[in-house]
Amino acid sequence: MSSSDIRALLRPDTRADRVVPPTGFTAQLTLFVSGAMAFLAVFALALSLASGRLADRWASELAGAATLRISAPAEQRAAQTEAALVVLQQTPGVASARALTNEEQAALLSPWFGPDLPLDTLPVPQLIEIIEGAPGLDAAGLRLRLGAEVPGAVLDDHGRWREPLVDAARSLRRLGWISILLIGGATAAMITLAANASLAANAQIIEVLRQVGARDRFIAGAFVRRFTFRALFGAAVGTLLGMSGVLLLPEASDAGGFLTGLGFQGAGWVLPAFIPLLGAAVAFLATWSAARRKLKELS
Amino acid sequence: MAVLGQEMGRTKGAGVIELENISYSYGGGELLSDVSLQLQPGSFHFLTGPSGAGKTTLLKLCYGALLPTSGRLSAFGEDIARLDRDQMALLRRRIGVVHQDCRFLDHMTLSENVALPLMVSGRGDSDERNDLTELLGWVGLGARLEAHPPELSGGERQRAALARAVILSPDVVLADEPTGNVDWEMSQRLLRLLIELNRMGKTVLIATHDLSLIRAAKSQVQARVLRISQRRLQLAGADL
Repeated sequence: MSSSDIRALLRPDTRADRVVPPTGFTAQLTLFVSGAMAFLAVFALALSLASGRLADRWASELAGAATLRISAPAEQRAAQTEAALVVLQQTPGVASARALTNEEQAALLSPWFGPDLPLDTLPVPQLIEIIEGAPGLDAAGLRLRLGAEVPGAVLDDHGRWREPLVDAARSLRRLGWISILLIGGATAAMITLAANASLAANAQIIEVLRQVGARDRFIAGAFVRRFTFRALFGAAVGTLLGMSGVLLLPEASDAGGFLTGLGFQGAGWVLPAFIPLLGAAVAFLATWSAARRKLKELS
Repeated sequence: MAVLGQEMGRTKGAGVIELENISYSYGGGELLSDVSLQLQPGSFHFLTGPSGAGKTTLLKLCYGALLPTSGRLSAFGEDIARLDRDQMALLRRRIGVVHQDCRFLDHMTLSENVALPLMVSGRGDSDERNDLTELLGWVGLGARLEAHPPELSGGERQRAALARAVILSPDVVLADEPTGNVDWEMSQRLLRLLIELNRMGKTVLIATHDLSLIRAAKSQVQARVLRISQRRLQLAGADL
């Protein structure tokens, strides 16, 4: 079907549209299904976009950093720290490396041990923050060298716990998109059923139209327009309600974590506007296909 | 009568509808057998026979609602079996059909129902709307334009169905028991309208079991009377 055919089919024709009776359960069904599915699609889209943002943030924030932990007896800790810093300065892919101060280490532990932790009296390992640079850190090579020169050093490139988190966030994003596809499929199936029911219920009208010389395109067009515009309206209402629900969600905050970030940001707010258009396109294709099939059956 | 007269100059020649050795079977039983018929342009035919003889089936074959099981069926020189769906739709615009049950769209007004053929053929400009009013006046329904079909009497429905059948100025008018649900006076009125159409050059074929209607018509128009009997079509005798 060419674009001009689609335009011709969708061009409003109030007189031709009158041939399909304006009421019936299929009207309510189409409105309800398209509205409900659009509502769900807004949340699936919000979930998918939020998961994507989370995956990107975790991937980018943690990917450029690593931590070196010096676990050595207290009398060797300073020497091994110094040796480790020398090794790091000579290592390609390390942009900078610095030992955390006692205050910084105490601040890291304070959520668990409180602010007055006597760090000097505890065997707390010394942490060294490593910022990666070009051409990237060869973690395996660095571990080998540190093993030889700094026996108490343990390199943590964050990969062990970063990758599962990023994978989980990406899986959540995929699930969001799969949900949207399933919603589209379910909408198509329901509208196809409604269109079939409407065509069957109006078989006598179709017979009359045929008898007076109507082409299949005219008959199908009347049904396609009816279902497409009804789905567009239902989906627009569902989308507005869904976006209102998203607006009422709490704003993103560090304290709330992922759940409070479940909304749209920036240009993301434009994306739900495409849901009614997609719903209408799905309805158009479903009704056109059902009408062609049914008209062949009825001939 | 602009609507009815605008295509009077169409070239006449071959039979507008021709059935050659047509048979039609349904559900394992043969309803029509070896039927041949040629409707000449401007001719007037009655088709009679007992109920269930196959009159409606023959009419449906004539306007392409049914396809024959065997034999050749052509309309306006075209073999109907070779026409695609769009061509069949165009063909039906040249054949006006009046059903006994009229078949209206009840949610639309009388004028919208009668204008349906104009609408489906992409016509219906202001001139044609005026013709519609004129046409409805011709069948005596000028004051019922906005009525809905369920509000109409049997006679009004039949006249409206006739108006719808001729609004595109078809070459052929097929009427299936057009007087089946109306009284004698109304059946005479409908007959006069059909005869008037024939005088305008339309080919008319009326299926009816009402022999008194045929007798009444024979004094007004030169009509051939065909009878279906034992699944075959034959010219009726002089007893009619």
